[in-house]
Amino acid sequence: MKPNESALLQASRGRAIKRRRSVWERIHIDPWLLGLLLVLLASGLVVLYSASGQRLAVVEGQVMRFGVALSAMVVLAQLSPITLYRWSLPLYLAGLAMLVAVEIMGDIGMGAQRWLVIPGVVRFQPSELMKLAMPMMVAAYLHRRPLPPGLKDILICAVILAVPVVLIAKQPDLGTSLLVASAAVFVLLMAGLSWRLIGCLAVLAAAALPLLWLNMHAYQRQRVLTFLNPESDPLGAGWNIIQSTTAIGSGGIGGKGWTQGTQSQLEFLPERHTDFIVAVLGEEFGLVGMLLILVLYLMIVMRGLIIANRAQDTYGRLVAGSITLTFFIYLFVNVGMVSGILPVVGVPLPLVSFGGTSSVTLLAGFGILMSIHSHRRLLPR
Amino acid sequence: MRKRRETLKDTEQEVRVFRNRSLLAALVVVLMTGGLVARLVYLQVVQHDIYITRSDKNRVRVEPLPPTRGLLLDRNGMLLAENRPTYNLTIVPERVDDLEETLGLLVDILGLPEDQARVFKERSRQRQRPFQPALLMSELNEKQIAKLAINRYRLPGIEVEAQLLRYYPDTDIMSHVIGYVGRINAEELASLDKGDYAGTHFIGKTGVEKEYEAVLHGEAGLRKVETNARGRVLRELGRTDPEPGKDIVLTIDKRLQKLAYQLLDGRRGSIVAIEPATGEILAMVSSPGFDSNLFVTGISYKDYRGLQNDPDLPLYNRAIRGQYPPASTVKPYMALAGLENGVITPKETVYDPGYYKLPGFERRYHNWLRWGHGRVDMHRAIVVSNDTYFYNLAHDLGIDRLAEFMHRFGFGEETSADVYGAASGLMPSSEWKRERHGQVWFPGETLSVGIGQGYWLATPLQMATAMSVLANRGEWVTPHLAKRVDGETITPPKLKEDIELSNERWWNLIDSALEDVMTGSEGTARRSGQDLAYRMAGKSGTAQVFTLSNDERYNAAELEERLHDHALFTAFAPIENPQIALAVIIENAGGGSSHAAPLARQILDAWLLPDDERLDEAGAATEEHEIHETE
Repeated sequence: MKPNESALLQASRGRAIKRRRSVWERIHIDPWLLGLLLVLLASGLVVLYSASGQRLAVVEGQVMRFGVALSAMVVLAQLSPITLYRWSLPLYLAGLAMLVAVEIMGDIGMGAQRWLVIPGVVRFQPSELMKLAMPMMVAAYLHRRPLPPGLKDILICAVILAVPVVLIAKQPDLGTSLLVASAAVFVLLMAGLSWRLIGCLAVLAAAALPLLWLNMHAYQRQRVLTFLNPESDPLGAGWNIIQSTTAIGSGGIGGKGWTQGTQSQLEFLPERHTDFIVAVLGEEFGLVGMLLILVLYLMIVMRGLIIANRAQDTYGRLVAGSITLTFFIYLFVNVGMVSGILPVVGVPLPLVSFGGTSSVTLLAGFGILMSIHSHRRLLPR
Repeated sequence: MRKRRETLKDTEQEVRVFRNRSLLAALVVVLMTGGLVARLVYLQVVQHDIYITRSDKNRVRVEPLPPTRGLLLDRNGMLLAENRPTYNLTIVPERVDDLEETLGLLVDILGLPEDQARVFKERSRQRQRPFQPALLMSELNEKQIAKLAINRYRLPGIEVEAQLLRYYPDTDIMSHVIGYVGRINAEELASLDKGDYAGTHFIGKTGVEKEYEAVLHGEAGLRKVETNARGRVLRELGRTDPEPGKDIVLTIDKRLQKLAYQLLDGRRGSIVAIEPATGEILAMVSSPGFDSNLFVTGISYKDYRGLQNDPDLPLYNRAIRGQYPPASTVKPYMALAGLENGVITPKETVYDPGYYKLPGFERRYHNWLRWGHGRVDMHRAIVVSNDTYFYNLAHDLGIDRLAEFMHRFGFGEETSADVYGAASGLMPSSEWKRERHGQVWFPGETLSVGIGQGYWLATPLQMATAMSVLANRGEWVTPHLAKRVDGETITPPKLKEDIELSNERWWNLIDSALEDVMTGSEGTARRSGQDLAYRMAGKSGTAQVFTLSNDERYNAAELEERLHDHALFTAFAPIENPQIALAVIIENAGGGSSHAAPLARQILDAWLLPDDERLDEAGAATEEHEIHETE
């Protein structure tokens, strides 16, 4: 057993010096995070009801998914960080294997090869698993290394990052591959990657952009072009973005009122209950509603960062930090694309957009945060 | 040892770095969120007005509500033009993904010939605004509607729309008077009020339908509707109801019209009857008629060619556009011209050896009776329709005084109030000839004009109008077709001055001469004047057909028939209280007194005799015809 791991073990076993634990700590739930998440989920359901065209069945389906996702969160919160640490590599390898499997025999849905189907049992996207496995793996690797990471560690991390990201990007699922990549990058950044290296990587990334462009699918290129000039094809590729900005803009400060948004209710807004749901919020609740939801998200992010800072070991810190920042990136990319300042990539609004897999992953991530937070070794006074 | 130290972690430094990076991350998160907020403020506050307009433009559509076209009724309230519900096929090209494919599919589904797709494509362009339906096809039958309903899902943007379509019962007898409506063409579209005609597909093309288009059409309404992204109407946001077109009661008596049409019996000709006291046109028939319903939805090329190439020219409205030499029917007016200008006196006589010679010339201008009528005064000249007397009169009068006087009876002028497309005929004068032909007027030409031939041309409507003025003893009434519009009686303005003679008694002289035409022992129409139950004034006319027009083909049998004289007759009755004045023309029928007069007599009998059943028989026949139509 390696020294760092034994330290972790000791930490979890260190019952010699203990303070009285609160009920929340006993059930390994962070009340702040839970409260904020529940408020967000509830608000999301309210918006979803309107965005789905007032179909209660859709909301019920979402509630079911939230049930599953919250269970996943609670279960993960019970696991100790050491268990998570141990699972990091197997999980990563399993994810990788499934990505390869998808590449070979995956199910094609929505024009991209993303789904893995075990007939009659389950149908899921391995790339979702990667969203958690990736930061865990990189953090687990760096956990044993002196920080800030040296060049060799960075290169190893780059390999860990590159293989699944390329596989996901090939599906093609640019949005998810960017999220997975950013999860790994956040680990490195939080681990103290030197500014000089960050600069170098930024230059490298910029240089790689044309390469990325050449490897893009036609529809992905179209999205970028449309983003640069939506009016070039107002009834085709530009339609989504014109309609979503129109929805948000017409909402004004106070909004048109719940279920009263004409853009959303009259179906001018495409994908209104999935990727573009924030436009419904913007139209019906206006700037006020948008600010409230952004504040809610910010509070969750801040709580996540606090948890990360209170974590007592490298692994916990890095995983918590990465999960939190990735969550924010989700938000930023989604709102950015719907409001027309980022190209359209298929990223849902976290925990609000309709759809199961991403909320399960996200809440599982928050489960990990809670696990890290609630399994701290209590320091002596 | 050194190697091991390298791998040792500096936990404190690590925590410090992490804290710094976290703070930095928090800062970046806040800044990025600020970026989003800035964008939202820009969209929702700064550009809010633009986007609210844009979203309203998305959802609110203004739909025109076409008014219902006014009905046309005869003077007794019988329907002459109505609106029947039919089903139209319309297309909104904006909602169609692939126009070619959809139109091809439509042609397939409806079982139409393939070239119809081209017609559809043409029609799909004919509209005034985007997102407005264009009419592809009218009068879908039940089967087609059913087929379209089944295939609806394959045909986005295609709608079957209920619409009122113009229908003309008894179309043959009324076709020329009423005219017809047809699809608005590009030229008309350019000159129409876009708002008022936004939902209207049809417009009056000829006849009363054209003349009273503005009254019959009404005013379009509109409704604002909310639609979803697929263009489905969800609710009405507001509406202005259309102002329906006004019904027009015509002066025409459908029974009389029908009787007149039946009397012509398919021959080329025309009958126009006017109520002298009012100028109301009681009947205005041009024979043969045609089915104007064919034109409403767009006549097929074949049908149109058929009508166009028919040697009897059914599309030609003889009553108002047929310009015939008025022939001897002008003799009463000529006599009045002579009296008024002091050229003749009633008792003065002229000897007729059977011809007239201009002083100093040898050429003989023949009387219709080769051996002459001997000595004739004005009365006898009219009764026997002596030509020599009127050659002499015309020569003494001179063309310009003659023409001036005839203008007072409306010859050479269009004097009707609301008869669309009425021709003005031709009243020649020396000035006219100079301008038209660059030649001086020859005295010989005056002689032809004196007996209503030569350059003189008049329409049946003009002849009937002149007869009305004569019946009124010079009081002018303007002939018109609309009796009541929306319940209000129409009195058209007097377009010409009343004719006041120097001696009122001269009217009586003319009346008595015209009565003797019917009943005198020498009267040309005495055979039609037997057993008259009322006092009838009549004048026959026989117009010579001199030349063939260039476009007529040579056909021995037909040529002969077409060289026959036109039979004319003008009449009014009863003399003491004229109820009806009329003009009858039958082309190439021969003498007016033997061929046109009997028709005039029958019409007058039918109109004037309370126990005459012919009108009601014509009415009954009409109803029977209608029943047959609907079967």
